[in-house]
Amino acid sequence: MATQHSRAAARLMITPAVFVLLVWMLIPLCMTLYFSFADYRPMRATFEPWIGFENYGRFLTSSAFTSSIVTTLQMVGGILCITIGGGVLMALLLDQPIFGQGIVRILVIAPFFVMPTVSALVWKNMFFNVDNGLFSYAYKALGMQPFDFLSQAPLFSIIVIVAWQWLPFATLILLTAVQSLSSEQLEAAEMDGAPALSRFRHIILPHLSRAITVVILIQTIFLLSIFAEIFVTTNGAFGTRTLTYLVYQRVLESQNIGLGSAGGIIAVILANIVAIFLMRIVGKNLDT
Amino acid sequence: MGRITLEKVQKKFGEVEVIPPLDLTIEDGEFVVFVGPSGCGKSTLLRLIAGLEDVSDGEIRIDGKPATDLPPAKRGLAMVFQSYALYPHMTVRKNIAFPMKMAGMDQAEQDRRIAKAAGALNLTDYLDRRPGQLSGGQRQRVAIGRAIVREPAAFLFDEPLSNLDAALRVGMRMEISELHKSLETTMIYVTHDQVEAMTMADKIVVLRAGHIEQVGSPLELYKAPRNVFVAGFIGSPKMNLLGGSHAAAHDCTTIGIRPEHLDVVASGGTFTGRVGVAEHLGSDTFFHVHVDGIAEPMTVRAGGEVGLTHGDTIHLVPQADKVHRFDDKGLRIA
Ligand SMILES: Nc1ncnc2c1ncn2[C@@H]1O[C@H](COP(=O)(O)OP(=O)(O)O)[C@@H](O)[C@H]1O
Ligand SMILES: [Mg+2]
Repeated sequence: MATQHSRAAARLMITPAVFVLLVWMLIPLCMTLYFSFADYRPMRATFEPWIGFENYGRFLTSSAFTSSIVTTLQMVGGILCITIGGGVLMALLLDQPIFGQGIVRILVIAPFFVMPTVSALVWKNMFFNVDNGLFSYAYKALGMQPFDFLSQAPLFSIIVIVAWQWLPFATLILLTAVQSLSSEQLEAAEMDGAPALSRFRHIILPHLSRAITVVILIQTIFLLSIFAEIFVTTNGAFGTRTLTYLVYQRVLESQNIGLGSAGGIIAVILANIVAIFLMRIVGKNLDT
Repeated sequence: MGRITLEKVQKKFGEVEVIPPLDLTIEDGEFVVFVGPSGCGKSTLLRLIAGLEDVSDGEIRIDGKPATDLPPAKRGLAMVFQSYALYPHMTVRKNIAFPMKMAGMDQAEQDRRIAKAAGALNLTDYLDRRPGQLSGGQRQRVAIGRAIVREPAAFLFDEPLSNLDAALRVGMRMEISELHKSLETTMIYVTHDQVEAMTMADKIVVLRAGHIEQVGSPLELYKAPRNVFVAGFIGSPKMNLLGGSHAAAHDCTTIGIRPEHLDVVASGGTFTGRVGVAEHLGSDTFFHVHVDGIAEPMTVRAGGEVGLTHGDTIHLVPQADKVHRFDDKGLRIA
């Protein structure tokens, strides 16, 4: 296959794709880098192309930055806990022979196909709404005061919404892992006198560890950039301002493009550090 | 102690009856082999005894106590699986320790038993490896080690050697037989290979489609197969089974003559045919002989050096008293 000729042809073929990718990724990144060193506030008609690291300094030292990092960690951590815990349970459940297995599996995957904005709106208006949300009805039916989720527990509410969207993904990956466990191993453990809980802890969980790390890796990368769910529900108020949302606010609400760009670059660097760190863990886990 | 009794044990998967009601007694300390063609229900029967499948009807007793409703762990049996079923994320030591850990045995006793089992099975140098770093034979030994440390009432083996190469299989066969001699514990061994059954068993149970066709010592089955199926299944190469006029001459429907009970004579003889394929094993030569009027070639065992080649004419005479006779239902006529 790899003759001179075919290699040259292959290069020619992939050139457009590489070109589009480069333009598409590099130009915005370079623009962001450029603006991050500039004092650029269009509303005030300020544009000074080089002010050094002033934007970075201001972004990193503002109290909003530290709190946004904490919020981001809480949000991503919470969602990971729910999706992995729930995903393992769902996977074990779906692995059982149940009536209408095919339909149940499709239903379980369904939330993954709902757009983030739509699912956030649905949750906000149909479940969390104090006046006519389903949860309020449930509270009233039980004779309790309705709970205003989005203002009383906003971070938790967003975690629930996003976890609901990502649960199918985790379930799907973990289900394939559960199905690949040899039944003879479980039977051997049963004969060795391990009750159900021990079998889960000593056989099933170690078997799933690889799939769990993969889920953590992929989800973390996507969850670091959650935006729509926050925008639709709380607008970043009540301690739900993540790093991504903070950058958005700096650029669009404060109309400070320089400061926002610096924040964007910092977010990119942090996300890469997290990704490298996670890759290491996954690599280690995939080795054995 | 490990006396296992099955009374009218039956197993159905949905509507399909895999094991029709069946009675069987396995004495304490016996080495019993279940043998039969693939899909005849050997594994199912073993799993019923282990408790990994529920019986549809009937009663299982272990040492006289009803065990039908006991979970697998409470039956005091240990099983070695065809795929070994080792725990891949645990070291050999932890694999072997697992049943003892589950039983809550104290650490010193665990270590003592692991050392003893590892010594007996040549695993001492491999205790800190993972199963993935071992050869097939070593994995097999780890699986056996995990079974023996529990000191069970009986061992159950489900085709434990079928994943090993031929040379290793012969070696492991010996080791398992040795193990049985030294432990004197009941062993139930499932295989589809009648050579394994003949070489290892105290008692062979021949199964076909869930039915017990015959129970007996290897030599009993060899000398007096109860029906045509057992006659054809036990012995290697297979017994020659002939019908038609050859059988009528003996007043029966089918006669069976083992290859080793046919003598080659210079002329005359009961059967005259052409030599087909000849298998030279050095000590023995097996000829496949095409006899007119018999569809299947007959197999004959001759001495190591017989000057016959492909296409030669050969004359055969069955040894007196070595012809097995079967009636129209396939049952042996004494
Ligand atoms: N879980 C099951 N469900 C339905 N049929 C089964 C099941 N297990 C085994 N069988 C059937 O029972 C028969 C005997 O199987 P098995 O005991 O595994 O045979 P063997 O071990 O002798 O090769 C086969 O026909 C098989 O298809
Ligand atoms: Mg089997």
